[in-house]
Amino acid sequence: MDLSLVPLLAILVSLAAVVPIMLSSRNPNVREFWTILTAVIKFGLVLSLLPGALEGRSVAIHLVDLAPGIPLGLNADPMGVYFALIASGLWILTSFYSIGYMRGADEKKQTRYFSYFAVCLSATIGIAFSSNLITFIFFYEILTLATYPLVIHNENREAINAGRKYLAFTLTAGLLLIAASALVYHYTGSLDFTPGGLFTETDLPPTTLLIIFILFLGGVGVKAGIMPLHSWLPAAMAAPTPVSALLHAVAVVKSGVFAVIRVVGFVIGTGVMAEYNLNDILIVLSGLTIIIASLIAFAQDNLKRRLAYSTVGHLSYIVLAVALLTPTGMTGGIMHIAAHATMKITLFFCAGAIYVNLHRTEISELNGISKVMPWTMGAFAVGSLGLAGVPPINGFFSKWNIIMGSLDGDMLIPALILIFSGLLNAGYFFPILYRAYFKKGEGLEHHKEASPFMVVPIVITAALSLLFGLFPNLFFNFFDLATQISTTLFNVTTP
Amino acid sequence: MMESQIPALIALTLALFAIIVPAFGLKNENYAQPLAVIGAGVASLFSLVGLINFLNSGEAIRYSFGGWTVPVGVEFLYDGIAAFFVLVINSVAFFVLIYSLHVSEKDLSGRKAAYYALTMLMMLGFNGIVLTGDLFTLFVFLEISSLASYGLLAIGDKPAPYSAYRYLIIGTIGGSLYLLGIGFLYTVTGTLNIIDMSGMLPQLFENNAVFGAIILMVVGIAVKAALFPMHGWLPDAYTFSTSSSTALIAPIGTKIGAYTLFRIVFWLFGLDIVNFFAPVTYTLGLLACIGILYGSIMAIAQTEFKKMLAYSSVSQIGYIIMGLSLANPWGFAGALLHVLNHSVMKAALFMVSGYLRMKEGHSDIRHFNDTYRKKYPWMMAFFTLAAISMVGLPPLAGFFSKWYLALGSVNNSNWLFLTVILTSTLLNAVYFFRILERVYMKNPDQAGDTNGEIAVQEYTLDPTPASVLIPTGILAIGLLVIGLTNAIIVGFILNIAPFG
Repeated sequence: MDLSLVPLLAILVSLAAVVPIMLSSRNPNVREFWTILTAVIKFGLVLSLLPGALEGRSVAIHLVDLAPGIPLGLNADPMGVYFALIASGLWILTSFYSIGYMRGADEKKQTRYFSYFAVCLSATIGIAFSSNLITFIFFYEILTLATYPLVIHNENREAINAGRKYLAFTLTAGLLLIAASALVYHYTGSLDFTPGGLFTETDLPPTTLLIIFILFLGGVGVKAGIMPLHSWLPAAMAAPTPVSALLHAVAVVKSGVFAVIRVVGFVIGTGVMAEYNLNDILIVLSGLTIIIASLIAFAQDNLKRRLAYSTVGHLSYIVLAVALLTPTGMTGGIMHIAAHATMKITLFFCAGAIYVNLHRTEISELNGISKVMPWTMGAFAVGSLGLAGVPPINGFFSKWNIIMGSLDGDMLIPALILIFSGLLNAGYFFPILYRAYFKKGEGLEHHKEASPFMVVPIVITAALSLLFGLFPNLFFNFFDLATQISTTLFNVTTP
Repeated sequence: MMESQIPALIALTLALFAIIVPAFGLKNENYAQPLAVIGAGVASLFSLVGLINFLNSGEAIRYSFGGWTVPVGVEFLYDGIAAFFVLVINSVAFFVLIYSLHVSEKDLSGRKAAYYALTMLMMLGFNGIVLTGDLFTLFVFLEISSLASYGLLAIGDKPAPYSAYRYLIIGTIGGSLYLLGIGFLYTVTGTLNIIDMSGMLPQLFENNAVFGAIILMVVGIAVKAALFPMHGWLPDAYTFSTSSSTALIAPIGTKIGAYTLFRIVFWLFGLDIVNFFAPVTYTLGLLACIGILYGSIMAIAQTEFKKMLAYSSVSQIGYIIMGLSLANPWGFAGALLHVLNHSVMKAALFMVSGYLRMKEGHSDIRHFNDTYRKKYPWMMAFFTLAAISMVGLPPLAGFFSKWYLALGSVNNSNWLFLTVILTSTLLNAVYFFRILERVYMKNPDQAGDTNGEIAVQEYTLDPTPASVLIPTGILAIGLLVIGLTNAIIVGFILNIAPFG
C-alpha cells in the first residue's frame, strides 16, 4: 500500500471550495466558477488514482487517530476509486445543470445550495475512500447532515416534513451502524475494511452474527433504500431536482449500496455470508423491494416520485446482485452502480428541465412535449429504455451480468425477478414516452427547448449511458475495474 | 520545586481572589469581573501546568499542608483524574466569566462585588472537592461550593430565590447524608484520609457500617450530581437564575458530583466492596438510563430554551454515571470524555441562551424565528455546532463520548445501556433540530397566512460584544478540536483508568 495525499486532497478540495463559494455570494457567476473549478479538479484527482486501481493497487493515508488505535484512515482501493469516479464525474455535469436549473427556476438561497452541495461531495468521496468503519461512519453522518439543508431547500411545509423524515431515518441508521461497529470491534478487534472480511478466523455463534448483520442492514439499508426503509427517498423529492438527480439517484443512495458492498465483502466477508446463509435475507428483501417498488411506481403521477420509486427498485438490483455471492453477479452489481447512475441522473435532469421550462411536474401533463423539447425527451427515452434493460444501453449490460451471476449460483428466482422487473420498468416508463411522443399536447405553443446549461448535460449523460452500453471499457475501463474488484473479493475467501 | 506546589497553588489562587475581588470590587464594582476572570485564568494556568507536569512525571502528588503529614494533617491528592477535572472546570469557568461581563447587567448591577466574590468561592469549593485527599475536607469544600452556588442561583427572575431555596434544602439533605456516611466510616477505620482508608477497607469487607456508609454517601452525592430521581432541584434552579450564573454552574456543578462518585467508587471503596452487599453500580446505571430518557423527553416537552437545556443536563449526567456503572476502560473513557465534552457544549449552549435572553428579553422557543439567523449569525453558528455535538454526530466531540460508551456497553454485553445511549441520540435530535428549523427557516405556517406574502420582519445585524462572541466561539470551535484530537485525550484517560 502506497502513501499518497491524493485521496485526502480529493476530499478536501470541495470542502475548501465552500469558503470562496460563500464569499462570492453576491456575484453568482464567480460563485459558480468556483463550483465548476472544484468539480473539475476533484475529478482530475480521482482520475489520477485510476491507473493504480486498475492494477489492483491502492494508495492510503492515515491522519489523526479518531480513537486510540483507529485512525481517520483513507484508502483509495479499486472499489473506492470506482465509486469516487462516478460521483465526482457526474458532479461536473450536475454543476452545469444546477446553474441552468437554479437560475431558471429562480430559486432562493442559491449560495447555501452550492455550498452544501460541495460539502456533500466531500463526504461522498470520504465515504468512498474510508479505510475503516469509524472513518466511514464519520463521513456517512456528515453526508446526512450536509444533505439536510438541500432537502429542506424550499422551506415549505412539504420540504420541512421531508427533512424531518429524512433525519429520522438516516440518524437512526447511523446509530445502528455505530452499534454494529462496536460489536464488530468487540469480537474481532479490528474495524479495517479487509477484502474477505474480518470474521474469517472467529467462531461466532450464528445468532450473534445474525444480530450484527441485521444491525448493519438497518444501518446501510436506509440509504440503500431497501424496503421497508425506503420511504424517506420519495419524500426527499421535495428537494430541487439537481439534488434529487445527483444525491438521491447517485451520491447518497449509492453510498448506501456501496456500504452494502463494503459490509458484505469487506467486513463480514462473502465466505461467512454464505456459510451462515445471511445472503438469503438480502435476496428476499431486495427481491421484494424490486417488485414492490416497481408496482408502486405505476401508481405515481408525479414524475419525480415515479423516478424515486424506480430508484428504490434499481438500488435493490445492486443489493440483489451482491447477495448472489457469485463473481459474475458481483461484477454486474458493481457495473449497475455506474449504469443506474448515468441513466437515472439523465431522467432526473429531464424531469427538472421539464419543470423549469414548462412548470409541469405530473406525468399526465406531459402530452406532446417531445415537440418542444426534442433533445430532452430523446435523452429521456434513452434513459428509460436503458432502465427497462433494452440493449445496447448500459442498463442491459449490467443486468445481463447479474442474471448470469444468478444462474452461476444455480438460483433461478433472482433471475426471474430481474426479468419480470424489466417488464415492469417498461410498463411504467413507456407510457411517459407514449404521452410525450404520440399524444397531442396543449399550451405548448410558446415554449422552446430548455436552456443549454441543462440540455447539454442531459445529452451527455444520455450519450454516456449509450456508450457505456456499447463499449463497457470505453473511457475508464469500468468493466475491468468491476471485474477486478469482484475477483479480489472472492479469491480471498475461496480456500 | 514549583511543580509540587501546584495543588495548593490552584486552591490558594481562588481563595486569594475570593478576597481580592470584593476588596477592590467594593470600591468600584467594575473591577470585580476582570479580577474574577484573572483569578480563574491563573487557576486554569496552574491546572494546565499541573497536568503537563503529571504527564511528564506520571506520578501523583500528595501535598501535605504545613508539612503535617497524614494522618495528622490534611493532604491534597493530585492524581490524573484530579488533574483532568480541575483543568476542565477552571478553563470552562474562565471562558464563562469573560462572557458574564455584559450579560447579566440588569440583574447584577450594584452587587457585582458580592456576585464575583461568590463565584470565586464556589470555584474554590469545586477545586477543593477535586483536589482534596480527605473525606471530611471534601465535605467542607462541598458546603463552601454549595453555599456559594445557592447565592449565585438565587439571583435572577422572580422565582429564582424560591428555586434556589429548594435547592438549598435538597442539597443540604444530600450533604448531610454524605456526612453521616463518612461518620460511619470514621468509626470503623479511624481515619478520614482516602488513601489510608482505602488500604483498610478490604479488611472490613463484611462490616454493615461500611455498607451503610456506601449507601449514604452514594445517595448524598447523587443529589449533588442531579442523578435521576434526585434531580428535582435542577431544572427550576437553572432556568430562573441569571444567565451568567447558569452558564457558570450548569456545565461544571453536577460534574463535581460525578467526580466525587468516581472518587469514592473506584479509589476509596473499589468495585468489589461497593457491590458486595448490593449491586450499587448497576443500580446507578439503571437510574442513569431512566434519567437519560426522562431528561430527554422532558427536554422535548419544554418551550423555554433554558429549561430545555436544564432537562438536557439531567439527561447528560446520566451518560457520565452510565460510564461509571460500566466499570470498564471504555466506559470510563466515555464518561470522562463526556465530562469534558458536556462541560464545553453545555457552557456554549447556555451562553447562547443567556445572550438571547439579554437581547430579546425571552428565550421562548415558540418565538424563535429566522431573523435570529440574520441578527446573530455567529451566535447561531456556534449554537448549531454545540447542538450537533449534543446530538452526537461526527466530527464533533459529542459523537466520541457516545462511541466509547457504546464500546463499553458492548464490552459488558449490556444491550440495555447500548440501546439507551443510541435512543437518546434521536431524542436529542428532536429537540435541537426543532430549534434549528425555526432559526434557519421561514416559518411555513406563517407564510401561508398572508396569501404567500411574508411579512418582512425588521432586523439589523446585532453588534454582539466581543466578550460574548469570543468565549462562546472558542468553546464551540473547541468541540471540533476535541472531536478530532479525542484519541489523545482518551489515551490519557485510559492511562489513569483504575483498572488493571
